[in-house]
Amino acid sequence: MSGTEARLARVRGRALPRSHNARTIAALAANPGCARRAIMDAAGVDKQRIAAYTGYPAPFGQSRFALARGTAFEAQVKASGAAGLLTLLREHLDLPIPEAHYDDLNDVGGNTDLTVRYAATRQKLATAVTSAADAGTMFDHPLLRLEVGGRHAFLEPDLIAFQLRGRFHVVEIKSFAVIDGQADGDKVAQAAIQSAVYVLALRQALAGHGVAPETVADETILVCPKDFSSQPAATSVDVRKQLTVLRRQLSRIARIDDLLGQLPPGLTLDLDPDGAGVPQRKPAGLAAAIRAIDARYAPECLNTCEMCFLCRDEARGTTARLGRAAREELGGVEDVPAVLRLARGEHRPEEEGDLAEAAALLRSAAALRAEILGEAV
Amino acid sequence: MTSTAELAEDATRQILTSLGAAERGVVVDSPPGAGKSTLVVRAAAGLAESGEPVMVIAQTNEQVDDLTDRLASAHPDLAVGRLAAGGYLPAPRLAGHEKVTVATKAADLEQCAVVLGTAHKWATVSGDLRWPWAIVDEAYQMRSDLLLRVAERFDRALFVGDPGQLDPFSTVDTDRWAGLTWDPMQSAVAVLLRHNPDIAVRTLPVSWRLPASAAPAVSEAFYPFTGFTAATGAGDRRLELLARPLGRNGLDQAVDMAAGAGWALCELPARHTVRTDREAVLACAALAERFLQRGAMSYSEQAVAGVPVTASRIAVGTAHRDQAQAVRQVLAGSGLREVVVDTANRLQGREFDIMVMLHPLSGRRDATAFHLEAGRLCVLASRHRHACVVVARAGIPELLDAHPSTEPVYLNQPVRFPDGWEANQSFLAHLSQFTVRLP
Amino acid sequence: MSTLISLARAVAVERELAQPIRTVRHVHLADRPLVFIPLAMAGEANAPLAAMLGDDPASARLLTVAEPRDRDQRFAFAAELAGIVLGYIENSHAPQLIVPNPAGVTFTRLLGRSTRFRRTSGEWAVPAGVPLLGRWLTFFSERYEHPASSLMVAMTGALTEHWATGQSPVEDLSLGAVLGWVDPPSGMSGAQAAAAAEDPVVCPPAGPATDPTFDNEVLEPRMLAIRTAGLTGDGRAYDRARQAFDEALATQLTPVWAMMWRAVDLLRRVPEAGHVRQRWTDDLDAVAWHAGHIGEGGPPQARRDGAVAAARRLANMERIQEMVAVQRAFDDPLVMAEYRMTGAAFAGEVVHAEPDRVDGSGRRRVLRPRVTLVTSDDVSEQISASELTSPARPSQKARVVSLTAAGDQCRVTVELKGGMGRSLTPVPGSVPAVGERVCYAMVSDSYQNPPALPAPEDTPWTHGGPPPQYTPADDEAREDWS
Repeated sequence: MSGTEARLARVRGRALPRSHNARTIAALAANPGCARRAIMDAAGVDKQRIAAYTGYPAPFGQSRFALARGTAFEAQVKASGAAGLLTLLREHLDLPIPEAHYDDLNDVGGNTDLTVRYAATRQKLATAVTSAADAGTMFDHPLLRLEVGGRHAFLEPDLIAFQLRGRFHVVEIKSFAVIDGQADGDKVAQAAIQSAVYVLALRQALAGHGVAPETVADETILVCPKDFSSQPAATSVDVRKQLTVLRRQLSRIARIDDLLGQLPPGLTLDLDPDGAGVPQRKPAGLAAAIRAIDARYAPECLNTCEMCFLCRDEARGTTARLGRAAREELGGVEDVPAVLRLARGEHRPEEEGDLAEAAALLRSAAALRAEILGEAV
Repeated sequence: MTSTAELAEDATRQILTSLGAAERGVVVDSPPGAGKSTLVVRAAAGLAESGEPVMVIAQTNEQVDDLTDRLASAHPDLAVGRLAAGGYLPAPRLAGHEKVTVATKAADLEQCAVVLGTAHKWATVSGDLRWPWAIVDEAYQMRSDLLLRVAERFDRALFVGDPGQLDPFSTVDTDRWAGLTWDPMQSAVAVLLRHNPDIAVRTLPVSWRLPASAAPAVSEAFYPFTGFTAATGAGDRRLELLARPLGRNGLDQAVDMAAGAGWALCELPARHTVRTDREAVLACAALAERFLQRGAMSYSEQAVAGVPVTASRIAVGTAHRDQAQAVRQVLAGSGLREVVVDTANRLQGREFDIMVMLHPLSGRRDATAFHLEAGRLCVLASRHRHACVVVARAGIPELLDAHPSTEPVYLNQPVRFPDGWEANQSFLAHLSQFTVRLP
Repeated sequence: MSTLISLARAVAVERELAQPIRTVRHVHLADRPLVFIPLAMAGEANAPLAAMLGDDPASARLLTVAEPRDRDQRFAFAAELAGIVLGYIENSHAPQLIVPNPAGVTFTRLLGRSTRFRRTSGEWAVPAGVPLLGRWLTFFSERYEHPASSLMVAMTGALTEHWATGQSPVEDLSLGAVLGWVDPPSGMSGAQAAAAAEDPVVCPPAGPATDPTFDNEVLEPRMLAIRTAGLTGDGRAYDRARQAFDEALATQLTPVWAMMWRAVDLLRRVPEAGHVRQRWTDDLDAVAWHAGHIGEGGPPQARRDGAVAAARRLANMERIQEMVAVQRAFDDPLVMAEYRMTGAAFAGEVVHAEPDRVDGSGRRRVLRPRVTLVTSDDVSEQISASELTSPARPSQKARVVSLTAAGDQCRVTVELKGGMGRSLTPVPGSVPAVGERVCYAMVSDSYQNPPALPAPEDTPWTHGGPPPQYTPADDEAREDWS
């Protein structure tokens, strides 16, 4: 185990590292400046468990209806050797796949070992590139691998299409609707960056077999329910931008040592389970350890990170809690009491110079409100 | 002619020749200072002389006047019409051209071989007046809904513009049209090409404005697919300072650096500040002033013997109006009202000897799409013939590093390159070698 | 977002209570608005699960769908909803739809989309009223995007337009939290009330999304019970299961219903802004137009805007947004304060006036009074060179003629033109008097003409040429809703 791995393991404690999937890798781009999140993700800490243990359970639940819908749609799309999907690809995207070859990469003689499956996937895909046969193929249940912060994350894209022109297209099946050709921008953004994760992983998988990266197309295919039905519709999604974002984030994760170096020595988020596996760590102590790692809270965290309530509570009284735009509008002043002090013309001597401009701005605003509302701010 | 000049001339001739055979039109991508206005003038005259009346559509009155002036100067026998809105005051420089007619009704200009006007004015021309040819200038800055309003007037068109500069914008929420091929928020060129993919897109390969010290960096950061080169070579442009520095200070170091290398990054200590960061504003004004105080002289292919850089040949560019206002006030206090100070939006299309810019990300804790927009930075970085000085607080790489990528993505919407983040990164990397710290 | 609003948020944090950011109410409130609280089934595009609606706080109608994925049940829901909504529109001379939040508007828009192309006859007939409902729901949701319209209101937006909470805009999407800040129950601070509202057990979400735990632990078993009872054919068991299901949904909807009407009351207590009535009149004209369009057999709204329609809509939105912005500034000193912060307006007390000043320098003698005021606001070079308007006398124009610094204040003299009658003596009150507080702004609420656009059938080649003629297709009536 490398030095970095050892330090990350110490932060994580005895719990098993949570493995990454495309969704969590995609989430790396959500708040790169947050060291707390970066370290917890790199160490594979179960953020949901930690958040709940410290008394700040995350607000993210999963409705079984939604899960069922997602599973059902994917199953429908892939039914009968993905025949429906093949028709879709042929009609809507003009992909010449005259013969439907359907290859289930899960079929490795019953061997479920991830490494074996990964090797089999690489082999079959590489063969497809070099083979003389000109049939197109769809590969179901491919297993890919991506190195994230020194650990391998095994990834399972929905489907990979290989078309006659000799290129692979990642196919993502999602159950949010595309209505009149358009879909929820945030959901598409998430799907796009997840597809980019698969593109990256596939390129890496094939690189070892001497296959050029361009063989995996930047153009991915998003399959969603069309309008209000459960009939699938396919749209091309260009993920070039998402790929550059991802590469950036992955190389940041690789530099996790810098962040680890700033931690108090011996810091750990271990829950200290006893012989029966019952955690003994005092929640307050755990919370203190978490707080020793710098966070960069923004209200957007409430939609993306399991630690959000803890960090939000910590941010009480700061302008960050009011949002990035609010903090900027308040002249960049970090905490609310200071904002009000400056607005009331009560700035301290040490706040001269640096905060003079912010103070002037806040005083003007306060004066206007006082004049109009008839009471001092 | 030098070989780059030949390259440029070849490209221009090919474009002009292709017009005759074009079924619907031609698009020309023109990087900063690549001779767009010259192309427009030549094309207009060429088409007019071949018997095809031409309407020229520009975006602002200044642009229209500028093109009219150039056209009339180069072709004094050509009957030229300047279509104007009601409140328009004829520009003095047009007065000297005998064959230029100014009128508010297009019908009054029917006898003119070339009629020029703003897009907004052309959009009010109703009736059955049509032209076989139109030339649309700054077509990448023109919103496609404006194109819709003028397109009925012509059969074929030459669209010219700079794809690296600012995109059209609106204050209204425009997501409902995202992905539509006729999305009004897309540029005129983008929509045109989506519906007419057979239209040839050509490029002007050479910048006459940017010096050899700037073209490669601007080309790499902001024109990732086509790129361009400088018309002039390393020794063709020089900036010399007649007076010695006033002492060992950052301001003079920056001015010397800029004069020598064509670039300088004036770095203030890292701080999160209000937009009208006083120190940064003062630094911008002081830099403009210092070039003048030190008697900057410019030597170029246009002025081999050298010519003093006057205040009006220096500009200060900012992202926000209040920043420009603040710099203007400081300069006015020093009696320097001729130095041009404005936002990137309003500096588009203009040219100066020396540019001082307040980096859009300076002093910020978080970047927004507005501040990261590649086009904004591109405009600020591509106005100069000799040197560009960037004023920025330290900390921008950290800001970029921490920037979250959470923008929504819409289906069927063409991906815009270069990416703002990447462009900023590339430009900053280039600037870092010219860093001078203040104080 | 602005410094003024962010400062109000900071004050709200300190006082643990939402702070006013408007002095008047810029949205119209109908005498009897239709409050509509939809719930959608998780994971579906737009499958209605339940709705609570009504124009009388004392009588809420509850509609539920036991099997949201069942086409027939969906259309039955739509038919019942149509009965209520269309009845409301017909009987009300001033219909207004209020939903809890922007997601509620999206739900309404999608419901309108999924129903307006249906037919009430033929192979895929839907119950009477459904297509008409679709057209009206689409109409209302499109008006939501109209800057001058109050026909459709998202309550969280209406509240946060007038109050600044001590939380972020992200959290402001929760009706319970916003109401907590604005109107906490006695004994609790705004901050405490908002925090309490985050617990879905205490305060169910305002929808259309339901609480996942509620879905898994309450809803799913009850839906299963209905299905089972249906299969066994036991009528009594079915009725009991159905009742349990409805009661469960009522537990989620009734608290939201109460919140909505509380919010209506809170907003009603804020006096209405001056221009709101005029904008509401335009709203009612739009309703009348739409009713007429339907009456004449006009087609339902297109799925997506064509090139010309898009250009027209954008131009309209921009024009109207600008007009409304100026109206709001003229109606509300706290909005005008934003202009004063950015140097686009200044205000102060008049210290000297020459109401009878006449300018004889031109061919005719004209009345050009001058007043001098003292202001603490910034008076920029730009504003000094512009034509200015005063909210108190909108038909009068002003120009700065002199400006002198006086400590940290400014003495500004403006010359006035117009709005004073026809003679050389000003009508009493038309010129500001000494001691009066006045405000001058670099804005104009003058009318802008809508742009000339080609007819859709003349869409130029640059934009793909004329679109195909709309013919209502069978496909649309048949379109899956599964």
